[in-house]
Amino acid sequence: MKLNGIIILLCIALLMSCNSEKKETNSNAAASKEFASGKQIYDDFCISCHMSNGKGVPSAFPPLDNSDYLKNKRTASIRAIKYGLKGEITVNGKTYNSAMAKQGLSNEEIADVMNYITNSWTNENKLLITVDEVSKVQP
Amino acid sequence: MKSKISICFSILLLSLFSCAQNKNEVKKTTSKISYEVVVSELDNPWGFTFLPDNSMLITEKEGKLIHFKNNTKTEISGLPEIYVRGQGGLLDIAIHPNYKDNGWIYFSYASPKGEGKGGNTAIMRAKIKENTLIEKQVLYKATPNTTKGQHFGSRIVFDTNGYLFFTIGERGNRNSNPQDLTRDGGKVYRLHDDGTIPEDNPFVNTTGAKTAIYSYGHRNPQGMELHPVTKAIWTHEHGPRGGDEINIIKPGLNYGWPVITYGKNYSGTTITDETAREGMEQPLHYWVPSIAPSGMAFIASDNYGNWKGNLLVGSLKFNYLHLCILKDNTVIKEERLLENIGRVRSVEAGPDGYIYVGVEDLGIIKLKRD
Repeated sequence: MKLNGIIILLCIALLMSCNSEKKETNSNAAASKEFASGKQIYDDFCISCHMSNGKGVPSAFPPLDNSDYLKNKRTASIRAIKYGLKGEITVNGKTYNSAMAKQGLSNEEIADVMNYITNSWTNENKLLITVDEVSKVQP
Repeated sequence: MKSKISICFSILLLSLFSCAQNKNEVKKTTSKISYEVVVSELDNPWGFTFLPDNSMLITEKEGKLIHFKNNTKTEISGLPEIYVRGQGGLLDIAIHPNYKDNGWIYFSYASPKGEGKGGNTAIMRAKIKENTLIEKQVLYKATPNTTKGQHFGSRIVFDTNGYLFFTIGERGNRNSNPQDLTRDGGKVYRLHDDGTIPEDNPFVNTTGAKTAIYSYGHRNPQGMELHPVTKAIWTHEHGPRGGDEINIIKPGLNYGWPVITYGKNYSGTTITDETAREGMEQPLHYWVPSIAPSGMAFIASDNYGNWKGNLLVGSLKFNYLHLCILKDNTVIKEERLLENIGRVRSVEAGPDGYIYVGVEDLGIIKLKRD
């Protein structure tokens, strides 16, 4: 009888797992208010690869949520958005080799989207990125 | 007890299958295929076409037009101002059906011309003389300009009657553009080769309508091709999260976006509960989850054995070439080719009957089946 119950639970869990995408959405509501213009840029330019939960796509597009690259390589991250990124990078111990094209964003838009992604999901960044900082990043 | 367990296992099996909403199970091909890199070192070969001397014209999205001949790349100068932002840049390219006599090339690009900040899709024709564009004519420029980075559409095809077809995506404004005939975006367009509007276009007598429109209710069609036998216009388009579609384009019809769709928002929230409505076309095929289709070509030669008559579609998202096996205008079987090759941006049938595939950060390859 116990076995039966476990199997039923398993079935329910599996059925629910199909809709698991839905759970990831609302956690960043607070951040989205604070960084509205950055979110707008994110939704227009970044979301189709890095996804709404910031977790990217395994082996194709690296995560931004809890990403050691974004956390520790602030200038390299700005440079990647500003000029595009090519070649292999390592994020949280995993290598990624998809190129990211230059998106044609202004320095202000880059600062906005950096502040949004570094303060979304589980990320927290109190030292906000300024337009001046972005403007000084060279290729 | 036993029967209860077997019922449970049946449910378990069912629940597993219910996750995969593809109509066909997509498997790795069992056919032996190989490829040869024909043009190396390209960043994003958004479009390419063959000239009568078998050389190629290749567009790089960042705004370069390349003539590839005798293994040498020559950059063509004199391009119009190109708005390189988000998905916009220099996009597709095609030649006039009578190119041999008139020398016209046609290309699509994101253009900042006109009023307002931002850009929108434009179609230009020009000729090439001494590696420079001459006699440049803007045949169409969508309005309004917008700084949105998405959905420029842009595939170009000539049909057998010499009409010029092209696509423009809804430019990130799904609520205003695709269902409104007075606005650009989310449409398939038809023009004469000189840019004039055909008198029998479906909306020439509709008040306020953009009369170049041929069909509407599209999201972002980045694949368009003439069927080699029926000569019908086939397109595919990106859905949001799920709901990529293949359609056969007919004049005046509404393909439903965003009123009906098999997709959801990227965030996972619902766009609409409706997948069908009277007066709106059902896709010939759809993909859930999205493969992010770009580029398409039919196999019209005998070079690939029993694959003749089938359709190839690039997958940007999953880095492979998608084979749709067709029977009576239905996709009956699907296979993955060239897995992990990279983001497949463009697919064309060459004059030699082989399939050529433009892959980001790789180049253009020639597909072979052994």
